[in-house]
Amino acid sequence: MTTRDTLLYLDGVTVTFDGFRALNALSLVLEQGEMRAVIGPNGAGKTTMMDVITGRTRPDTGRVVFGRDTDLTRLDEPAIAALGIGRKFQKPTVFEPHTVWDNLLLALAGDRRPRFTLWARQSAEERTRIEAILATIRLADHARRRAGDLSHGQKQWLEIGMLLAQEPQLLLVDEPVAGMTDAETEQTAELLREINRSRSVVVVEHDMAFVRALGVRVTVLHEGAVLSEGSIDHVSADPRVVEVYLGR
Amino acid sequence: MSGRATMVCLVLVLGGAAVMAALNLATPAASALHVPAYAVSLAGKYLCYAMLAVAVDLVWGFAGILSLGHAAFFALGGYAMGMYLMRQIGTRGVYGNAVLPDFMVFLNWKSLPWYWYGFDHPAFAVAMVLLVPGVLALVFGWLAFRSRVGGVYLSIITQALTYALLLAFFRNDMGFGGNNGLTDFKDMFSIPLHLDSTRDGLLLATAVLLAAELLVARHVVTSRFGKVLIAVRDSESRTRFLGYRPESYKLFVFVLSAVMAGVGGALYVPQVGIINPGEFAPANSIEAVIWVAVGGRGTLVGAVLGAVLVNLGKTFFTATLPDLWLFALGALFILVTLLLPGGLLGLGRRRPRAAPVTQAPEPAE
Ligand SMILES: Nc1ncnc2c1ncn2[C@@H]1O[C@H](COP(=O)(O)OP(=O)(O)O)[C@@H](O)[C@H]1O
Ligand SMILES: [Mg+2]
Repeated sequence: MTTRDTLLYLDGVTVTFDGFRALNALSLVLEQGEMRAVIGPNGAGKTTMMDVITGRTRPDTGRVVFGRDTDLTRLDEPAIAALGIGRKFQKPTVFEPHTVWDNLLLALAGDRRPRFTLWARQSAEERTRIEAILATIRLADHARRRAGDLSHGQKQWLEIGMLLAQEPQLLLVDEPVAGMTDAETEQTAELLREINRSRSVVVVEHDMAFVRALGVRVTVLHEGAVLSEGSIDHVSADPRVVEVYLGR
Repeated sequence: MSGRATMVCLVLVLGGAAVMAALNLATPAASALHVPAYAVSLAGKYLCYAMLAVAVDLVWGFAGILSLGHAAFFALGGYAMGMYLMRQIGTRGVYGNAVLPDFMVFLNWKSLPWYWYGFDHPAFAVAMVLLVPGVLALVFGWLAFRSRVGGVYLSIITQALTYALLLAFFRNDMGFGGNNGLTDFKDMFSIPLHLDSTRDGLLLATAVLLAAELLVARHVVTSRFGKVLIAVRDSESRTRFLGYRPESYKLFVFVLSAVMAGVGGALYVPQVGIINPGEFAPANSIEAVIWVAVGGRGTLVGAVLGAVLVNLGKTFFTATLPDLWLFALGALFILVTLLLPGGLLGLGRRRPRAAPVTQAPEPAE
């Protein structure tokens, strides 16, 4: 394997809620172009970790370095999004009254300031990009439907499509296959692998079959810290992991 | 908020105002077709309320900002216009003072307070009609949205804002005529206000400005900006993770809406002939929200419809059964909330077709 640059570096991040340590000196390194699966029992701090990376939660201590030397803990959500970090939430959150098309339009990378959006006209280039994303997320036939009328799985994909439209360097995906059928789960794994060809991805997931299907390095979180890290076979065989998680 | 509903509304507002004004001017008082001057002014007043309602709908219906203090912006625009009209009275006041309005002479004031300077110039007064509500909304909105105050808390603060202004304007030493407010106006732009033709002109001007307000508001909500705004209304934090700054979007519409409300208030004052602190009453702002709810939140046109219909009802009730009006209004609000969540316009609109989809689509390949 060639040596790659570090894209994201969590360095001793601690987050406490009313004295409860949701993250406990968590450290994690993600390389450029890598896809990483993060697993761990409920309450392990997986979502909190994403909150810290995206600027929703400020850690008590520790640094989160993106790229060469950007400290994310000093930035707010829109600034972090503008740096190229996109996030998919655990519960699908699309803009329900808008059409699938408009959801993607709002997500497309571009000028976000009111003075631009007030007069913006949809360009041919934007149209082409939206059509390409619609094909990728398999929603081309649903472009004009209200996002609120989509099925649960379709909403998850639309949200992934919105992430792609942002053209982020790094995608954070929180439990993408929760509530999906087996067929949808399989397609989602394929979709994420496709995305990973050009972007780095962190996927939080409970579904072990799905994580196995991704075939990437796995980090196991427990009580806000890394319990084990390695291939899925390696962590599955780790007795500490078996004890707290797999062997429940 | 379809294009057709907007067109129909514009035609009705502009056409209705033109017909009323024409019938008032061109028919003799004895004619069955004659529209009396008081009806012209009443219609003008309703259209001013409609301007306030559209402003409320813009922030509440599209940005989810439930402002319960919007009548304050309306009243501030009204006071700016009232100050100009006071200066126009000149020596025709009871005390015949060329510079000081009657109430200042009565209070033994020797000179005009600095904040009355310039109000004898119509252009300055018009600028203040726009600036005073706009700047207040800018400062208030900047503080509130930046610190992410929203929902019920924001509603409560807006009520507090209008209440504070109510108390301030009641004070004689504020220099705005205290309890009695500003009244006894004679001219506007050197045209006598008591003439029928002036009232007709004011009604037409109000109709034109309401139409302009509707068109501006429609551009805002149908633009990409408006799509972001609706996204902010429904899931504010999600828009942040997409890289938008919801506070900038909210601040822009809040200020725009306050300016619109101020223009409504400025047109209101010459048509009703008085502005007093009662216009800041918290209940006024709540009433404006009820007009919007009755007509249909988030439709703009519904705001116009609701403002006109509810105020027609108010005029009727307060003339015949004054004690019942507040109960009728309260009952109306409860009925609309429970039975007609889309308001009157929601009655006519078909629900967007929603084919229930529970199955995933076929794989693309
Ligand atoms: N805003 C918050 N306030 C208080 N406790 C929180 C908050 N967010 C998360 N927690 C707690 O932190 C722990 C980690 O939560 P979370 O990161 O959501 O876990 P996971 O996503 O791994 O299931 C949980 O015990 C949760 O109850
Ligand atoms: Mg979680």
